[in-house]
Order: sequence, then structure tokens, then C-alpha cells
Amino acid sequence: MAELTLPANSKPTTGKTWKAAAGAKNIKVFKIYRWDPDTGANPRVDSYEVDMDSCGPMILDAIIKIKNEIDSTLTFRRSCREGVCGSCAMNIDGTNTLACTKFTSEVKGDVKIYPLPHMPVVKDLVPDLTHIFAQYETIEPWLKSDTPPQTRERLQSPEERAKLDGLWECILCFSCSTSCPSYWWNGDRYLGPAILLQAYRWIADTRDEATGERLDQLEDPFRLYRCHTIMNCTKTCPKGLNPAKAIGEIKKLMVERR
Amino acid sequence: MAESQSSGAKRHPRPLSPHLQVYKPQLTSFTSILHRFTGIGLSAGVLYLLCWLLAAAHGAESFDRLQDFNGSVIGRLLLFAWSVAFFYHLLNGIRHLAWDAGFGFELPTAYKSGYAVIIGTAILTVAAWVIGYFQMGAF
Repeated sequence: MAELTLPANSKPTTGKTWKAAAGAKNIKVFKIYRWDPDTGANPRVDSYEVDMDSCGPMILDAIIKIKNEIDSTLTFRRSCREGVCGSCAMNIDGTNTLACTKFTSEVKGDVKIYPLPHMPVVKDLVPDLTHIFAQYETIEPWLKSDTPPQTRERLQSPEERAKLDGLWECILCFSCSTSCPSYWWNGDRYLGPAILLQAYRWIADTRDEATGERLDQLEDPFRLYRCHTIMNCTKTCPKGLNPAKAIGEIKKLMVERR
Repeated sequence: MAESQSSGAKRHPRPLSPHLQVYKPQLTSFTSILHRFTGIGLSAGVLYLLCWLLAAAHGAESFDRLQDFNGSVIGRLLLFAWSVAFFYHLLNGIRHLAWDAGFGFELPTAYKSGYAVIIGTAILTVAAWVIGYFQMGAF
């Protein structure tokens, strides 16, 4: 049964306000979720006043500036700063996206930043991804083939290769899975949009010969069929991919093979 | 730090990050949850329809009493809500059938079909009630 409210230890309180230096003219307020594993106190939302005249354009620029100049205890994941690594996925202004590809100017009013929704929090904006990566492992995301290894690459026609477009670009940032209410309520057993898009990536691959086996593994009321086409996944994907469509394709294959 | 984490003695249970509390409702998530609510409403409506039939089977007096309730303001509001639920669930059900057949997953299409369902529900509901009142001779 869906738990619509947060557990008592997870309800955020109002935290500190960090004033901008005197003389700052172009101030934007960042309200950021904080949780310190050392104290174990309830999470809080700190407000940081950032002088945008000395800050880069992206949300990631702002939170790096906060960490460098205002509060070094602020913790978040980041790496490539150009939308290819998926590390800095977080809930910004009410939807999930990558901090590095989101312009601060796109957000009206205060910028509210939370970790990816409905996940255990390791610290501040860092969610625990152990479970979701374990789910990724269950779909066996590698090429499976009974054909003996060749002395060269396994060839595909341009048409066959085109079937992987819109799938291979996924960077596993999990913005989609953590935007999905079905994944919030049934994430223990439902695989969620990111993992199902990955599953379809291997099903759609003409070089892979384990399609039947892969479909068998997904044919389950929870693993696949908790998708109710809510489409938060597609709406939020920072790479513009369509997990809802990929899941729809898997469901279609399930019907077609009967 | 690493020690206290592995020993488990000092480790504080991890909080759950906010979800419904912070996630902005989207058109597609709104139409989805409305589909479920109207489905529940329609199930309740079927029970009410059963009461109607039972009242009719029971005799003229019982039927009249129920008809009086149907004609009251509360009764008409309930019937109106039921008709909204009916047309919404019907139209959005067709949208779901299209998805099941593999069509309409592109985001602009999903938004267009979502608005179409909402507008279509309004048109069909109003039309049904106008026709209903017209049949009763209210106009």
C-alpha cells in the first residue's frame, strides 16, 4: 500500500539561512535539502543566498559555488558537468533533472533542490542507489549470444542499429525511475523506467539472442506491469529519451509472443 | 566515520527523500490518477445502480423514494459527478488502449491526447445533461 506521507524521521524542518555578502546585487535564493548522517537529526532545508553576478549559469555552478564559498559541508555527486555521466541528478524546482544541464535562469523564484525522490538518503543530495543498481543487474545488461565468437565485430545493418537509438543514450541517472509514483510505491519489486528501458535496449539489439529469456524474466505482475503509463519518466528525462515508450514496446512483445 | 558506519552501533537510519511532497504534478500524472479515482467512483456508481434496480424490484413506493433522492440537489450532484467520471474514464480508457497498441507515447502526442480527454469529457458531460433536461422538457 502506498505510503503517501514521509516517515517521522524523514520530515524536513526549516534550517539555517546563509546570507549573501553585503553589496551583492543579483541574489538568488537556493533552498537545499540537508541531512547529516552523523547527528541523525531530521533533514532540514537550508537557504543560501547566492550572488548570481559571480556565479556560472547552471544549477551545478551554483551548488559548487555554495560548497566552495559558503558552506563546505554541502554534499552532492557530480563529475562530468556536461550531461554525460548522470551523477548530478536531483530534484530541482519540482522535477528531476541533471544539475549540470539545468539553467538557474529557468527557475522562477527560489530554487528548491532535493535529492532524487523516495530514496534512502546517504547525505544531503546523495541518494543510496544500491537497490536500483541491484535491479539493473537482474536484467543482465550485456550481450548474450549462442553464436560462437567471431574474429571480428558482430555486424548490423544501419536499420538494425537504428533500433538502438533512443536507448543507448541512457546515462543511468535515474531521474526517470525516481519520478515514477509506481516506483515510489512498489520500487522493491517494480523495476522502474530506467531499468526497463535498459532491458528493452538488449531486447531490441539484433545481435542479442536471449530475447525470449529476457521476456520470461520480465513477465511478472510487478517487475513490468506496475507501469501504468503515468509518463513522469518521459517528461523528466534530461536526455529526452522515452522510457514509457520502451516499456510499451516490451508489453507489446509480451502480447505478440503468446 | 567508516568504522561507525560498518559497526552499525552509531549508524542513524537513513531518511526517505521527499516525493509527493515536492514533485510537481504533471498533466500526464494528473490524468493517470484521475483515471484511477474515476474508476473507483464508477464502481461505487454501479452499486448505486444496483440499489436503483432493487428499489424498482421492491415496488413503486421504494422506487419513488429513490427517484425523489435522485431529483434532489444532492442526488443530481452525485449523478453529475458520476457522468463526469463515466465520460472521463471512457475517453481516457481509449487513450490507454492506444498506448497498449503502441501509439501515442511521444510527449507532445501524450499531452495533446490528455487535453483532448479533458475537453472531450466536458463536452460529452454537458451534452448529456442538456439532452437529459431537454427530454424532460426543461427548455
